[in-house]
Amino acid sequence: MMDLNYSPEQVAFRQQVRQWLAEHVPAEPLASFDTEAGFEQHREWEKTLAQGNWGMVTWPESYGGRGCNLIEWLIFEEEYYRAKAPLRVNQNGIFLLGPTLMEYGTDEQKARFIPKMASGEEIWAQGWSEPGAGSDMASIRSKAIRDGDEYVINGQKVWSTRAVFADWVFCIFRTDPESEKHKGLSFILVPLDTPGVTVRPIPQLDGLPGFAEIFFDDVRVPVTNRLGDEGQGWQIAMATAGFERGLMLRSPARFQETAKRLVELYRNHQNDILDLSIEDAVVKAFLSAEAYALSTYQTASRLMKGGTIGAEASLNKIFWSELDQSMHETAMSILAARAELLPEAPAAGDVGTWLDGFLFSQSGPIYAGTNEIQRNIIAERLLGMPRK
Amino acid sequence: MDFTFSEDQLLFCDSVKDFLTTEVTADSIRSAWDSETGRNPALWQQMVELGLTAMLVPEAQGGLGMNELDFILLAEECGKVALPEPLVETVLVATPLLASLAAEDARCSRLLEQIAAGEIHIAVQHSVNQLVSDAHIADWLLLCNGDQIHLLSKDQVQLTVQKSVDPSRRLFSVEWQASEETCLAKGSLGVALQAASLNRGALGAAAQLIGLAEAMVAQTVTYTSERLQFGKAIGTNQALKHHMANCAVKTEFAKPPLYRAAYTLSQKPNHADFAVSHAKVVAGEAALLAAKNAIQCHGAMGYTWECDLHIWMKRAWALDKFWGHGGFHKNRIHQWLLKPAAKIGADKTFGEQI
Repeated sequence: MMDLNYSPEQVAFRQQVRQWLAEHVPAEPLASFDTEAGFEQHREWEKTLAQGNWGMVTWPESYGGRGCNLIEWLIFEEEYYRAKAPLRVNQNGIFLLGPTLMEYGTDEQKARFIPKMASGEEIWAQGWSEPGAGSDMASIRSKAIRDGDEYVINGQKVWSTRAVFADWVFCIFRTDPESEKHKGLSFILVPLDTPGVTVRPIPQLDGLPGFAEIFFDDVRVPVTNRLGDEGQGWQIAMATAGFERGLMLRSPARFQETAKRLVELYRNHQNDILDLSIEDAVVKAFLSAEAYALSTYQTASRLMKGGTIGAEASLNKIFWSELDQSMHETAMSILAARAELLPEAPAAGDVGTWLDGFLFSQSGPIYAGTNEIQRNIIAERLLGMPRK
Repeated sequence: MDFTFSEDQLLFCDSVKDFLTTEVTADSIRSAWDSETGRNPALWQQMVELGLTAMLVPEAQGGLGMNELDFILLAEECGKVALPEPLVETVLVATPLLASLAAEDARCSRLLEQIAAGEIHIAVQHSVNQLVSDAHIADWLLLCNGDQIHLLSKDQVQLTVQKSVDPSRRLFSVEWQASEETCLAKGSLGVALQAASLNRGALGAAAQLIGLAEAMVAQTVTYTSERLQFGKAIGTNQALKHHMANCAVKTEFAKPPLYRAAYTLSQKPNHADFAVSHAKVVAGEAALLAAKNAIQCHGAMGYTWECDLHIWMKRAWALDKFWGHGGFHKNRIHQWLLKPAAKIGADKTFGEQI
């Protein structure tokens, strides 16, 4: 029976989350996690979260979680964004690798990696793309060649987010040098301080080194750092990508709070808005944020009853990324000529974080599989249009 | 918190879907265009036998006593087959309006029994639509005059045909005289009932629009998989795939607002304006985009009378404007958003929680 009311337990849980966050969220916003100082501030925050067992509420208690179901996770996220708590510097780890480890990792691997991921002691980067393998990920050429109990890794990864200050990177390498395309790939975890690893920062649109190139020059890691079987890398990576596009990475709360700030900005500028499209854009942005939340509650309810999420994740990814972009475009239109000002500019006024968010919103339709790739997936796998 | 339909609701929907898919086809729709009423009484009787007209009739009047949420998936299916019969408006608009008055008014109670039994048709007028659909087959009409709602028999009204681009739609302007005897409700009750009818009408149109959108996408996927150019199916082209993917995204994110609106109308009808307007806006957008992209992918074939696509396109264009067009509903939301007291934000999806 459909019931869109929270249970008394869920209301109490919300209250508990709200209270903890009120007591612990830093009063001042942290510096960007793409600066060295900001990265460490965010690592400290991860530790604070972990100490309260709030780091990953859906994880089992044995891994520092609370065994929450997806509805409770949504409540946690709503309160998290409502409290303006810091962004998660370890999102590659907790949202992507964590669930992948739980599905494909051995008990030893889970025990070795998950607690330190949860505590913020080890921050993760993702190393999939290569200069010749972006959307065409099956073209990966970097190799990990078996030598006794070790892999010897040579090659190059690029667009590796957070890798400049991170501790570990999870990668896909070609373990069978004779293989082609999806076959012969393996999922391997590499400490970024291993000899032979060189990390070269790549400044992003905001000028900060959010990306890195990673060079591997005869890097040796134990075979036990491989997740799943040799040659199973593609399958595992697709599962990780599913987590990325699916429910966990971008919870609706983030967009609902942006939509709320947009409505507030709009109200404050009622008398100086000239752009005729803005009323419509504000209404649509609000409705889309609301729709994304409703859709996520629907999916969460379905999953809790044993349902699954597959190619539908591509619908989500397009929707939230384009919503984020349009909300920030609308805010920029409202701010008009001041929209280009950096927050420290004396005339910036209420530009605040809108510019920063606008820049970041440009990346949404690109990362986690470009929206063009997602549209192909939707057309072919959900709608059944012909591949060839 | 559980945002899923029950097994019973899903199973019933499946059986009705099978029935509609068998009985309502492009050919049956086309042949009805040439008939005098454009309606198929035999099909209506089959729907009556399935209990469809009785779904929202209270048990006291021989109905099933179900609610908007129980019917919403079926309304979607009605859109999917472009059903010409006025089932959605009968169930979602006329029936609840009469049910609101049945306790005080024996006429309404009697009409509900007759709806459930499939003995009569009722047409409903609302100021947001101006014209009345299916007035020509109605035995009784519920008509608005200011804050009043009146009940008139077919003999008490004069109809003027207003032809629609959609040959399945039958619209009429109605001339009639209000009197003390015909008045069912007035004052604040009349206003409230008209507002409720608007929400239920918009909900029904939104559900059909979703079904229409999905049907148009399905037809286009089939067509572009079969139509060859340059030696391959045109559906292999990325440009066409992306047209269809865009439709799928729009429809996917229009459905949860639709179901939330149906739920809200069934549980808290006095707080449903926002949810209903949300559903109507996004369902209309989804259907309009599906129509536009579907005809584009069909090429010249899509611009012909022969190709069945226009049955669905024209219904979509019409229903997008019926029971309040996008601008009307966006304005309702805009007015609400401007209120400083409007409760918005991440913890407010289902109302104020703490």
